[in-house]
Amino acid sequence: MRWVNRQIRRSDAVLLGAVPILLLMLVYLFLAVSRHAANPFDKILPLPQGMVAGMVPLLFQPDQLSGQYVFWADTLASLERLGLGLGIATLTSLVIGLVLGVLPPVRATIGPLVTGIAVIPPIALLPILFIALGLGETAKVALIVIGITPVMVRDIAAYVGSLPREQIIKAQTLGAGSWQIMLRVALPQALPRLIYALRLALGPAWVFLISAEAIASDIGLGYRIFLVRRYLSMDVIIPYVAWIALLAIVMDVALAQLSRRAFPWAHGASH
Amino acid sequence: MSAPQTPAPAAPAASAGPILSLRDVWVEYGDKIVLEKVELDFEAGSFVSIVGPSGAGKSSLLRVILGQEVPTRGRILLDGELLNPECGPDRGVVFQRYSVFPHLSALGNVVFGLECEKAPLMARLFGTARKAAEAQAAEMLAAVGLGDAMHLYPAQMSGGMQQRLAIAQALLKRPRILLLDEPFGALDPGIRADMHALITQLWRDYSLTIIMVTHDIREAFSLGTRVLALDKRRHDPHAPHRFGATAVYDLALRKSPASAASTAGDTAPAEPTQKIAQERASA
Repeated sequence: MRWVNRQIRRSDAVLLGAVPILLLMLVYLFLAVSRHAANPFDKILPLPQGMVAGMVPLLFQPDQLSGQYVFWADTLASLERLGLGLGIATLTSLVIGLVLGVLPPVRATIGPLVTGIAVIPPIALLPILFIALGLGETAKVALIVIGITPVMVRDIAAYVGSLPREQIIKAQTLGAGSWQIMLRVALPQALPRLIYALRLALGPAWVFLISAEAIASDIGLGYRIFLVRRYLSMDVIIPYVAWIALLAIVMDVALAQLSRRAFPWAHGASH
Repeated sequence: MSAPQTPAPAAPAASAGPILSLRDVWVEYGDKIVLEKVELDFEAGSFVSIVGPSGAGKSSLLRVILGQEVPTRGRILLDGELLNPECGPDRGVVFQRYSVFPHLSALGNVVFGLECEKAPLMARLFGTARKAAEAQAAEMLAAVGLGDAMHLYPAQMSGGMQQRLAIAQALLKRPRILLLDEPFGALDPGIRADMHALITQLWRDYSLTIIMVTHDIREAFSLGTRVLALDKRRHDPHAPHRFGATAVYDLALRKSPASAASTAGDTAPAEPTQKIAQERASA
């Protein structure tokens, strides 16, 4: 049978998908074990028990200075910044994307500005944000917002703009005005796309979060990674990175589920 | 199919002049002339089919009447008054595709028209107002044969059901004119025959004035009381775009809509030509 025609069953797909991950872990273990055989105090590739030993104090013992459970405090701080940034970006891009997509005069007025902002590398704005907003939480959240909003705005605007012209005409023959078309025709159809755009923006949002925390912060997942780097603490860095990956995956799956639940009409005929 | 409960829209103005008049209408895109010197009158209660080769301006003519496009020159009069060059509820439309809203159920699609009219700010009705609107919409859905499909989304419907839904949406607004832009072009032959019977039925029951653009000549003749053929009168081989199309044939098939309606008292399509056309189409 040709490879293009081979359909994989769901149970097989899970198995196949696990193979490369397990393989990668095995390769790591093999390398770590061989390094530890040569030097029992190797810090570059820690063994699993080394990672556990490194993480236990962060997970279960309060920090001597701050009295906080470092790992959980880091997670909370990072998720708070990320959540705020994503929330503001989502709301902003929905509103701006909608008016850009539906109203040609607004598109002509604001479209070039959005395009202009979108081509600026957000990290290049970080010094400006730090100068303008200080080194506190605002600057970090602002970096996430500025980083992902223009892309999301352009995506939503393009999607709304590509709604069939027939629909817009039809709505007008049913008595709808600009506002009603925006509210009842464009907005509901933009929502599933908004969730999709948000899922795509999760990756960049994490990048901006970690960058901001690495440069100026005293708490957060990114801060911790960059802090312990000074001591070559791979036994902390690797679990932290894995934790970030897990959080990102959970967010992505949750958003995908939300879209499927809330907008069944946008996900094929099976609802 | 149930009989209409509300008074027919076209009845009062039927005696006075034409419902729609085009006076010296030209449509040009740059130096390309699409329609030239179109002079047409449409009688209330007529079912006008528009045929013609591709690019002869059938759709342009429809867009101009719909208000989606403004003619380069000329005037369009609806009920004797200059037409507002913007789409509005006085002219209903059914396109070949994308005429329904994918995010609304069949009922929601039809109720939408009432919500826009009665709730300008929210575009949503609640409570008893919503109940009343839903009852009205359900009646219209039953009239187009979608009584059992009220809670389906368009993605769950066949092409024929979607077109029925689009017709129900349009009819609920009681438009002065119903414009059909190749409404059955994407349907299977068997379904198309059903749709022909449906639109004929609705046209009679609701005393509609229908203008339909079609590629299917048989459909044009079997459904219409009048057939317009659009084409270019003159042709310049060196600059084919410099001459526009106009109505080259204007065939009245029946003397008046009243006589056409009187010959068809029963629900089944009565005209033998139409039956033959349908049998051929479904074969």
